Parts: sequence; C-alpha cells; structure tokens
Amino acid sequence: MATIHVDGKEYEVDGADNLLQACLSLGLDVPYFCWHPALGSVGACRQCAVKQYKDADDTRGRLVMSCMAPASDGAYISIEDEEAKAFRENVVEWLMSNHPHDCPVCEEGGNCHLQDMTVMTGHNSRRYRFAKRTHENQELGPFVSHEMNRCIACYRCTRYYKDYADGTDFGVYGANNNVYFGRPESGTLESEFAGNLVEVCPTGVFTDKTHTERYNRKWDMQFAPSICQQCSVGCNISPGERYGEVRRIENRYNGDVNHYFLCDRGRFGYGYTNLETRPKQPFTYQGEEQVTLNTEQAVQSASDIIKGSTRVIGIGSPRASLESNFALRKLVGADNFFTGIEAGEQQRLERMLQVLKTSGVYTPTLREIEKYDAVIILGEDITQTAARVALSVRQAVKGKAREMAAVQSVAEWQIAAIQNIGQHAKYPIFTTHTDRTRLDDVTAWHYSAPAADQARLGFAIAHAIDSSAPAVADLNDELQKKADFIASALKQSRKPLIISGSQAGEITLIDAAANIAKALKSQGVDEVGLTLVAREVNSMGLAMLGGKSLDEALSAISDGADTAIVLENDLYQRMSAQRVDQALDQLKHLIVVDHQYSATSKKAELVLSAGSFAEADGTVVNLEGRAQRFFQVYDPSYYKPGTLVFAAWRWLYLVNSAKNAHSSDAGTLDQLIAALASEMPQLAGIVGAAPNADFRIHGQKMARSPHRYSGRTAMRANISVHEPRQPQDQDSPFAFSMEGNNNPKADRNEVAFAWAPGWNSPQAWNKFQDEVGGHLRNGDPGVRLIETSNQGEYFAEIPASFVATEGQWQVAANYRLFGSDELSQRSAVIQERAGQQTVTIHPADAKTLGVNEHAMVSFAWGGQQWQLPLSFSDHISVGTIGLPLGTNGLPASLAGQMIDNLQEGHA
Amino acid sequence: MNQPIKIVTVSDDSDDFVLSDADAQAIEHEKHHYEDPRAASIEALKIVQKRHGWVPDGAIKAISDLLGIPASDVEGVATFYSQIYRQPVGKHIIRYCDSVVCHITGFEEIVTELEKQLKIKPGQTTPDGRFTLLPTCCLGNCDKGPTMMVNDDTHVRLVPSNLANILEQYQ
Repeated sequence: MATIHVDGKEYEVDGADNLLQACLSLGLDVPYFCWHPALGSVGACRQCAVKQYKDADDTRGRLVMSCMAPASDGAYISIEDEEAKAFRENVVEWLMSNHPHDCPVCEEGGNCHLQDMTVMTGHNSRRYRFAKRTHENQELGPFVSHEMNRCIACYRCTRYYKDYADGTDFGVYGANNNVYFGRPESGTLESEFAGNLVEVCPTGVFTDKTHTERYNRKWDMQFAPSICQQCSVGCNISPGERYGEVRRIENRYNGDVNHYFLCDRGRFGYGYTNLETRPKQPFTYQGEEQVTLNTEQAVQSASDIIKGSTRVIGIGSPRASLESNFALRKLVGADNFFTGIEAGEQQRLERMLQVLKTSGVYTPTLREIEKYDAVIILGEDITQTAARVALSVRQAVKGKAREMAAVQSVAEWQIAAIQNIGQHAKYPIFTTHTDRTRLDDVTAWHYSAPAADQARLGFAIAHAIDSSAPAVADLNDELQKKADFIASALKQSRKPLIISGSQAGEITLIDAAANIAKALKSQGVDEVGLTLVAREVNSMGLAMLGGKSLDEALSAISDGADTAIVLENDLYQRMSAQRVDQALDQLKHLIVVDHQYSATSKKAELVLSAGSFAEADGTVVNLEGRAQRFFQVYDPSYYKPGTLVFAAWRWLYLVNSAKNAHSSDAGTLDQLIAALASEMPQLAGIVGAAPNADFRIHGQKMARSPHRYSGRTAMRANISVHEPRQPQDQDSPFAFSMEGNNNPKADRNEVAFAWAPGWNSPQAWNKFQDEVGGHLRNGDPGVRLIETSNQGEYFAEIPASFVATEGQWQVAANYRLFGSDELSQRSAVIQERAGQQTVTIHPADAKTLGVNEHAMVSFAWGGQQWQLPLSFSDHISVGTIGLPLGTNGLPASLAGQMIDNLQEGHA
Repeated sequence: MNQPIKIVTVSDDSDDFVLSDADAQAIEHEKHHYEDPRAASIEALKIVQKRHGWVPDGAIKAISDLLGIPASDVEGVATFYSQIYRQPVGKHIIRYCDSVVCHITGFEEIVTELEKQLKIKPGQTTPDGRFTLLPTCCLGNCDKGPTMMVNDDTHVRLVPSNLANILEQYQ
C-alpha cells in the first residue's frame, strides 16, 4: 500500500499501480484513451496528464502522464490543477482535429469513450478549420464494421489484436498524422476474438456489424445480466434488446471469468434468438394441419397426453438451464429422466465431474488461467471448443515476459517495457490433438496423433513425473523422450496447468490429464491447475443433476415408454438419424419444449414454445463448476401480443400442475430453485448464484434500461395507442423498465448494463470494480459448487495404440468455433463466417483412394450420407479422418467411430 | 503538407509479383544478420525497391513469407517510411527540402518553378514517367539551401533559373 495525496486529500492506494489506475480505483475521474486495464500503459495519447509535486511544499509541480507514473508512497498530485486541466482539454482538441462531426450517424454514439472523455475535459468547440484527413475503409467480414475517419490513433486496437490476442492480420500503417489501422488488405478478420475491437476501440472505428441492420442507441435498449450459451465457459454477457429482438451482445464484466473479452461466437452468434422459424405459440397437428394453441389448451393437451400414457420419459438437455431440466425431472419422475446426452459424452462428463471432485487438484477460474507458467493441453483444440480459455492461455504464455520484467523491477503495467524485455520469450505450452490446433503459433511442442495415442503420451508424462503412476508399455523411444522432456518442464514450473476435455471423444484423455495433475501434486508442485472442457453451456450442471444417457432413453422407448418429452434438444445433433428415427417412430406421443424449430420438433405431436436465454431466466453450471444465473432480457409478448413464449421450466411446471390437478399457479423461479436445492443437495449452492426476486435497493427493483430510454409510449402505437402497463417480473429483481435503481455504487453484483454518470461506454465498468480491472465491488457473480478433495487413485486403463486398417478411417473430432454449436450455427453471420467445412485426411490416404485435394468425397454412417470437399493435412494420422462434428448435421457421437465407405464424388 | 498514403491499393500487377532469386538470396542474407527476422524488413524492402523501383502489394506478401513474419508487420514498416514507395514512381525522383532553413532560404520559389516545368504537383509523377516530385525533410545541407536531391545527386544553392539545366541532366 502507498499513501498518495490528490488535490489535498490523502488516500491509501496500491503502490504497484500507476497513478491513473490508483485514481480510477478511488473513483476519481481522470480522462484517458490509450490505457486499458487489460492492455497496460504506453503513455501515447497524453490524455491522462495530471500535475505532480515534489512534496507538500512544492507549489510549481510538473505535468506527468498519470498512466506512466507509479503511485509511489508520498506522491502529491493534482487532477484539478488549472494547467493540467487546460492541457487535457487541449489534448482532446488535438485528437479531435481529424475526427468527423458524425456522432448522430455513428453507431458508437451514446456508448462512446471519446464522447465521454471530451465532455469530461470540457472541450466543446472546434477551432481547427482545415481539411480533415480521410481514409478508405476495409471490409472486415461479417462481424466488424470499419470507419477509419473516426480514428484518434490511440493504438488500442493493434495492442489488443496483435499483442494481446496474438492476431497476425492486423496492423498499423503510415506515420505521423496519417496512420491507418486495419488489415494489410480487405478481408475477414482472422482472429476468433476480433469482436472485442468493438469495445476496445474508444470511438466508432470498429463497430458491431450485426447491430447495424437493426440499429438503435444503447440508451434505448433493454438489458439483463446474462450468460453466454454457446460453450461451457460461461462468459458473462449483456444482451441488448429493442422491439422484441436481441440486437447486440456486450461483454459483461466478471473479474473471475471473462473480464473484458468475449469470443466472436459468443458475441455475434445470438441470431438464432431472432429467427422467424422459431415457434412463437404452442402448436399441435390436426391431421397434416398445424393448429396453434393457447396456454390453457397447450398445458391441458400435454397433461392429457401424459395421463393417457403408460410410461412417460423426459429427455433433458445440456443446453437447457438446471431449472428446466429439474422441472422436467419433477414432471416425469427421477427414474424416467434422461440427460439427453449420448452415452459416450455422458460417461466422459461423469468422469470429468469425478475428477473435479476427487482429484484434489484445483480448477482455476478463467482469469486465474492467465497466471499459470506451463500448460499442457490434451486432445482439445480449445480455440474451437472453449475459445475464451484459449485467449487466457495466450496470456499465461506471455507471463514469461512479465516474469523477466519483474526481475528488473519493471512494473506490471509497463507493457511496452515488458514486451521489449520479453521479446519472444514464452512460458512452455504443449498441445496434443488429432491435427494441428489454433494455438500452434505459441506452442513449444505439438503432438498430432489419434486420441488413444495422445492419451498414451499423457499417461507416460504422468509416469515420468511420478513413477508410481501407471506406466505405458511399448511407447517408442522418441515419444518417451518427449514425455520425459514435458514431465521435467512441468515439474520445474511453479504453476503448471493441465487442460483436457470431452470433445476428442476419448475418456482416457481425461484420465491421463488427471494423472498428470495428480503426479505433479504428489511431487510437491502445489499450485497445479486442472481445467476440463465440456461441450455445452450446462453440461457440467446436468452431470451434477444426474440422469441416464440418451442411449438409455432410446432403449426405454424400445422397452415400452410410449411418450417422450424432449427439452431444448435436437437429438439428431447427437446420434445417427437412423437410431433417433427408429426410437421416435415407436412413440405414441412426442412433446417437444424448445425455442428452436429443430429436426426433432418436426417429429413432435405437440410443441411448447420455450423462451431463448433472452426470454427466460435460469441457472447454468460452467466447466469449473460455477453456477451462474441468466436473467430474462425482455418479454416478447409486449411487442407481439399473440406470442406465448415462456421459460421451458414454466411450461413444464404448468403441465405438472395441470397433471396433478393443482391450481394453475405458474410458480416462480425462486420456488423452483428452492425445490431444486432441497431435493438436490449437490446443487443447493445455486440459491446463492444470484439475488432472488425479493432483492431491492432502497426498496426499488433494478432497472433493465438506462434512464434515458425513449419511445416507450410510441413503440406499440401500431397496435394500440394506449400504452399498457409494463410487464411485471415475478421471477427476478429486475424491472422491465428504465424505472428502478441503476446506481453503480449500490450494493449489487448483477449489472444489466455498464453505465455510470459521465461514463456511457464499456469503460463504465471502472465504476463497478473494487479496483480497476479487479473484481466487482460486491463480488463477482456466480458461485462455485465443487470443492475438490484428494481421494482418487491414479487411473490405470491405458488404451492400446491406434493401428490403421486399410479401407477404414477412425473419425477424429474437429469441432469448429463457427459452425459446430447447435444454436449459433443457425445464425446467418456465423454461417457466413464459418464458410465451407471440409473433411480432412492425410495425403497418403488420399493417394490410396486416388482423390485430389478439394474434390468432393462422400461417406455414409448410421443411415445418413454426407458429401463434403476434401482437404489434406500432413498432421492427421493415416487411417483417420477429421470431421467437422456439429456442422453439416454430423452428430457428436461420430467421434471415434469407423468410416469404411469414404469415396470420391457423390454417394 | 502530408501526402496521402494509399493503403487500399487499386488492382495492379502486384499479385503477379515474383521475387527474383537474387533478391530472395539478398534478403535471406540480411535475415541472418539479426536475431529477429522482423529487423530485416527494412533492408528487404530496400532490396525490392532497388530492382523494381517501388514496392507492389505482392512484394509485401513475398517478403513476409520469406522472413516468416505477418504481412501486416511488413506493410507497417513499408508505409511508415516515406522513402519506401508503395505506388509506381518515375524514373527520376526529385526530393526537395521543405524544412525550416530551406523555408528561410526560399524553397517555395523552387517548388513553384519545379511544378511549372514538370506540370505536376508534389506527390505526382509526370505522364511520361520521367520525374516524381516529392518533398523531404532536411537533407543536411542547411548552409547551402535551398537544396534538393535528384536520385542520388544533391543539388545545392538552387535558383529557379537554373532548374531547367539541372532537370536536363536526367533523361
């Protein structure tokens, strides 16, 4: 700690910070541009000047850039000094000399750091009267728009994109007053994290292209704290809605999880919530004709079906909330509840949960991953399967430069110095996969092999660390040497991190990862971390909830279950069409509760129109076992009165009430969570994941919209000129309104949108944090449910090495960030970004087959046929075929299966 | 006055640019002088410009491949330096000094005369491709201004009346 004096007042601050951080952490306003909490200080923009004095007696002082001056003990500074104020006002004037007066047509307006800082400095009239420099813009792909004329040359974009996210297709060109930020030429930004440019840029150079078509100001949107549904990481997001559709997703700060950044799937993949094809009312069929039902009819109809059935099973879903799965389980009974996850994945998930609970090894938060100093990733291309983790791993690798700088007493925020000292120094990272991965550029050594052989390497590393861990028989010498080398690198590190997951389709990879972690722990490496990546947003929650697999559900149908209720799950994404068809065709009744119209919905007799994450509340559990609540953003029936869309749990609760002839009470989220907590002690912690519906600040609910929200009286005028009462929210502490508390200083940690007086841009998060870039003042939202304890033994089932068989190919799972996720793949921009998917084989296999690269090849499996273009990889093993699972209807259960009918051309 | 830097280039023959073996070898040679191949990018650009006269888009790609660094890094260096030409230039390049001392000694008259004779503005190339006219900052001849360079030759104590004679030397 250090004592500093600011404008005559004494404050206690963290002496390791710079003065800008210290002042912002104290809640004082100092304008800045080039500094960013995650990007460090470079002192380029000169905006954060303050006056610093030698001591209490110095009255003259000198201007310093507060971001480049340490908050050393006994520092005397003045923010309010007239010279400092005049200087800051001048700096904005200079920065603005080329900036266009286009705020009214700029999408950043009202969400703009440059506007905020300009107002803060007091600059309000332009003296510059010459021609402004202008630029041609680039086409940067489906996600991000480019308007270079607005650039103030703060360099944040390139420091984020190149230095932080390790992107290579972006840079700064030109010199002096004429610099240009962009790609070397027009084209789609290659980084999976390009969308963060939208928030990193302090002005409107980079804006959210998905928002452009249906644009409105931030202050005219309704927000709620939400959780990204597109993978198992559980990034915190703020979806913004207007006129009954989600229009953009902003990052929501969580100091334990995603802090300032999201991946592009999470930020731009929301289009599925707005699809016209979604069921907006429940419906059934009379003959061939689709008949829309009202709520009572739908509930009664479901209840009648259930009452008339001999056995009703419920098929849950890892993309549905705990509440919805639990409500389904209540409706059909624990014995009839199935997770909806195919057996292999279910087994792997259960193993991952077992490891999390009993390995005795800590699972770090996403934020903590950035501080590990050696990483091994077994079997996952995490950039494709849990992208935000990959961005954290990239920061861990850069820790080496931070360490080297720290030795020379260079402060952690001196980013330019750290990069200079570090040059290309990296902490070691080792990866294994069936093919290359997107982390190749930072990897010290990568091993491409079939999943079983990757697991064998993992087991060998564990054995090399601790000889009491099971040894691998017949490992070739070269690989043994690598195992020894990796083992010693991990052993020598202070904080090694082991990452694996379920998506390679090989359970022994998880075992091997657990063994390595345990072996390190046994050798006295205390701070070992273990991260296991699951496939979907609530996979881990469902594993904790428990239930039998989808395979067993289909067997139950064969054994006489005549009715199935499927919750938010397209079974065709998981298993072969043949198996799913066979089972569904045996049913007398199929009820689907979903917010998408899927292949499974097409088979349903009754479809209950569920809400997407933006229209429902719920709780999901991420890969580290963190339960996080997402809140309903808007009520769709307010804008489109006929709409009957409810949270899936509410439909199921209503049906249950009708079935049991209870009152038609709809139940509240809190009641359901209370029931869940009492029946499922392992999930009891979710009660604390977020405040309940009774939470108030000074007697007020929290507002979902900024207080400037406009047009409410007119927005329904096409329906009726009488403005109805706003929808009432019984389930959450938020109001569907701008009315309510929105004080950044209030004791709350659920924040619908970032706003503070004078701070309209995402930089407003400063005002919610305990220290800038730290944690939220009242604790980061969410609660970790799993405490690990050391009970487990080493896993000893070591798989045999893969042997290629002529004419057969083992499927290597190639999940794709853009295209594999069941929901976001329905969004047009994700489809555009994903492009054409390919199957991958080794050139030697292609030679045997007599096919050329880019040729169309076809294959069949489980009664379905596929045709895809071929690509070659020298890294994929002979006898294996890389398939982009999840895309093109390639079901997840294909991983590890054998294909024996690969051929050129059309099947 | 700043010359606009053309970033988004119009389509030209740049995609067809092929690095000559000699140039590739020279760049390889330079690369080995440095620990970080990035450091060789200036030399690489100069090598290309020496043979080709200017640096087309295709050369940026070729250099980045050869050095194993992103094209954005090479482009960043290429556009930072005003003496690396990212668009075609004339056979002879006139660089007149417009810095403080030459300003005092009257460079403006020199530019006016050059513009009149060549019928182009600074930053432009004569239609016959003979001359490109560019401003530059300080040629280190402040005691002999106004001054300019044509290719590698320095001309000092310029007077408007003598410019035609100087230009005559460059066909």
